[in-house]
Amino acid sequence: MTHSGLKRTSLYAGGSSPGKLLEARFYHEDCLVYDLEDSVAPAEKDAARFLVYQAVRWHRPPDKYVLIRVNGLYSPYLEEDLEMAVRARPDAIRLPKVEHAEEVRRIDARISAIEETAGIAVGQTELWCNIESALGAVNAKEIAAASPRVAALALGAEDYTASMGALRSKAGWEIFYARMQVLEACRLAGISAQDAVFSDFQDEAGLREDLTMTRGLGFDGKTVIHPRQIDLVNAAFSPTPKEIRNALRVLEALEEGERNHTGVVVVDGSMVDKPMERRARTVLAQAKAAGLWKEEG
Amino acid sequence: MDLKQPAMAGTLESSDIQVTVVPNPGGGIAIELDSPVKAQFGDAIRDTVRAVLAEFGVEEARVQLLDQGALDCVIRARMQCAVCRAAQISYDWSREDRRP
Repeated sequence: MTHSGLKRTSLYAGGSSPGKLLEARFYHEDCLVYDLEDSVAPAEKDAARFLVYQAVRWHRPPDKYVLIRVNGLYSPYLEEDLEMAVRARPDAIRLPKVEHAEEVRRIDARISAIEETAGIAVGQTELWCNIESALGAVNAKEIAAASPRVAALALGAEDYTASMGALRSKAGWEIFYARMQVLEACRLAGISAQDAVFSDFQDEAGLREDLTMTRGLGFDGKTVIHPRQIDLVNAAFSPTPKEIRNALRVLEALEEGERNHTGVVVVDGSMVDKPMERRARTVLAQAKAAGLWKEEG
Repeated sequence: MDLKQPAMAGTLESSDIQVTVVPNPGGGIAIELDSPVKAQFGDAIRDTVRAVLAEFGVEEARVQLLDQGALDCVIRARMQCAVCRAAQISYDWSREDRRP
């Protein structure tokens, strides 16, 4: 089984606990993030590196997109984290608190050097950049375009809110502007846009409301704080049966138009234009990856 | 490689193993194992411990293992960490490039 290509949910697994590293494989998250940063005490950074290396290099779950979150860009742990993380061959390295494109270029060069030494194809390791401050949000477009390795930006709401002097709320108006900055940067760069966590994992109704907004805005996925959020978030970022039916009708109408040499194709009174076609194809690709629809023939 | 000080890695949580490595000048390798799966996997656990010590070139060490059902990869990770701490070295990750 290989990874579906979907990035609807990202679950962190603390790098210092073998039990947690093992357990995280068995949930339904699309992306599994092995963490060396916040969940690991300073005295255990070395131990976490050894554990995460073993877990990712030799026992990685084949059906998930695998990431390693390294320590901060100016921390004393980063260099050794990168030496390990690149050699573990995850799909991506997740960088915390990115604020400048130059930081991405610096890490890109370091990763290239390690890949070359280790005999790994240069460019293979992707980067996810966490945007967790006002400065990072302002520079999101440059960060997203700083390297071809950058495959996603992910908003970190707690630190962002603190940097703004704002108060975190369930409605999320204090992060609305940052969400749009991150989203716009991702769309311009053609990469994945990952929304912030919804912190109260016991508030299912609140999470649903939050998902309705972020899915509607255009995000591709969300970091989850607890395994019980996974199924809800996966469902929210998957096409609905109605969306799949509509997409199929659009494509069928286009095919029929082509067969009949009709210049203009109309579905439900609306002319099918290029953006509609693109949206229909995206919906079907997502539905196929999520196992919700199978291509005939 | 010589060990300079006693060092420990790992915890007593389920699926983990607590490893203590102590310099053992003139005493070779001595392994003490306490594990709920000692009867089935005792020899395999000892083999992993000896293999890690050999990779570091450690020939004289006393190793105490308190196993809570750790997988082989966890035992290996905890041993590597304990040896580096006991030898007061940082791990050279380029060693992994030579592993088949």
